[in-house]
Amino acid sequence: MNTQPFLGRLDPELVSRLVGNRRGLFTSAAKSLGLFASAPLVLAAASSEVFGAALPKQIVDTLNFALTLEHIEDAFYRTALEKNFIPKEHQEVFTNIGLHEAQHVKFLSGALGSAAVKRPQADFTAGGKYSDVFTNFDTFLTLAQTFEDLGVAAYKGQAGNLMENGDILTAALQIHSVEARHAAIVRRIGGKKAWDSAFDEPKTKEDVLAAAKPFLKA
Amino acid sequence: MQTYNENSTLLQPRSRRTVLKWSGSAVATIAISGGLLPNFGISSALAADLGKGDIGVLNYAYALEQLEAAFYMKVIDSPYNDMPDAEKLALTDIRDHEVAHRDFLKNALAEKAIPDLEVDFSKVDFTKRESVLGTAKVFEDLGVSAYNGAGKLIKNPDYLLAAGKIVSVEARHAATIRDMLQPGSVAFADPEVVDKNGLDGAKPSAEVLKAAGPFIKTQVTANSIVGMK
Repeated sequence: MNTQPFLGRLDPELVSRLVGNRRGLFTSAAKSLGLFASAPLVLAAASSEVFGAALPKQIVDTLNFALTLEHIEDAFYRTALEKNFIPKEHQEVFTNIGLHEAQHVKFLSGALGSAAVKRPQADFTAGGKYSDVFTNFDTFLTLAQTFEDLGVAAYKGQAGNLMENGDILTAALQIHSVEARHAAIVRRIGGKKAWDSAFDEPKTKEDVLAAAKPFLKA
Repeated sequence: MQTYNENSTLLQPRSRRTVLKWSGSAVATIAISGGLLPNFGISSALAADLGKGDIGVLNYAYALEQLEAAFYMKVIDSPYNDMPDAEKLALTDIRDHEVAHRDFLKNALAEKAIPDLEVDFSKVDFTKRESVLGTAKVFEDLGVSAYNGAGKLIKNPDYLLAAGKIVSVEARHAATIRDMLQPGSVAFADPEVVDKNGLDGAKPSAEVLKAAGPFIKTQVTANSIVGMK
């Protein structure tokens, strides 16, 4: 079972470090997010305030890179689900995937606070190459697999850049394996194997951005 | 014969130690990220030390991969009743992956690798699909959460990357097995394994070893992976 809230799974020492001596900050983060913001989000927001400029540039850059990819995925599934072309028997799966991508956007945005990048403008037809992406389920599946496999390779390639902060690294790994679960199910729906081999290969930031570039408006 | 563990229990400060006594004959005592367990004149054949730091974490992964590899080898050697071809193909791939993971880690650890673990699948009915896939689901989800929990303990970025190359394949397995059990559903990544922040599990070693314990005969003493709680 993994229903325990993130806050509860954090090292109590970390929580007290983040929140214990900074109750004012914690409260202000809670206020800015609204009464019903989840504890982890409040914590994430509070932590970004706490660390502020202290959060190393390498980690901010890496999380923003991840956030950019999550924004793309989030917009992709949100748009697809609005277009109402996904076969009924697969709608539940893609709703679930879309929910996770939205959660990842929220989580990373919360952790980055004011340092978070803006949502990029996406073009899922890639300049017309995939003009039927939101009418043809096969095209949609192809792109879904591309984004999920790319996400897995991207997080994997960035893990080393997050080693300085164990809690952030752990959260990134927890997203990484969710993306892999997504990739597997999308491949299965497409009638493919859920994997390529015994080892998933990483991709560099440059390679990932090059692969994502056709889907971003200049 | 098995006085080692008892001695260490007496001598180790409680807070530094998590001792898991597992059923079956004690073949070897393994200290996860050891260095804390003194070797009380026991022969090295009976007591294997996982070593410190990264070696300890890699041996921890190696233990889990040994368990998974042994399980799927048996699954393919004695397929459950009426195993469909598609499932046999997928399970054969998974077996090959786990064997590759096991061998990769053994090779990386070389002389620092723990000995072969003796497994116990007596609770699994290999003729029944539900029993086999139900066990596979436990192993795969456990593997994912074990790697996710251990990542932050790794010091060498090359090892972290290697673990990353393995864990996402375990997650692909987990999603596949879950989808076999509940086809077309959200089981591949449901709230049982993915929380409200969209995060997969990350478990400390003590919890993972406790869950794996019933399937391993070899007595394993998890002696605090540094930083794990």
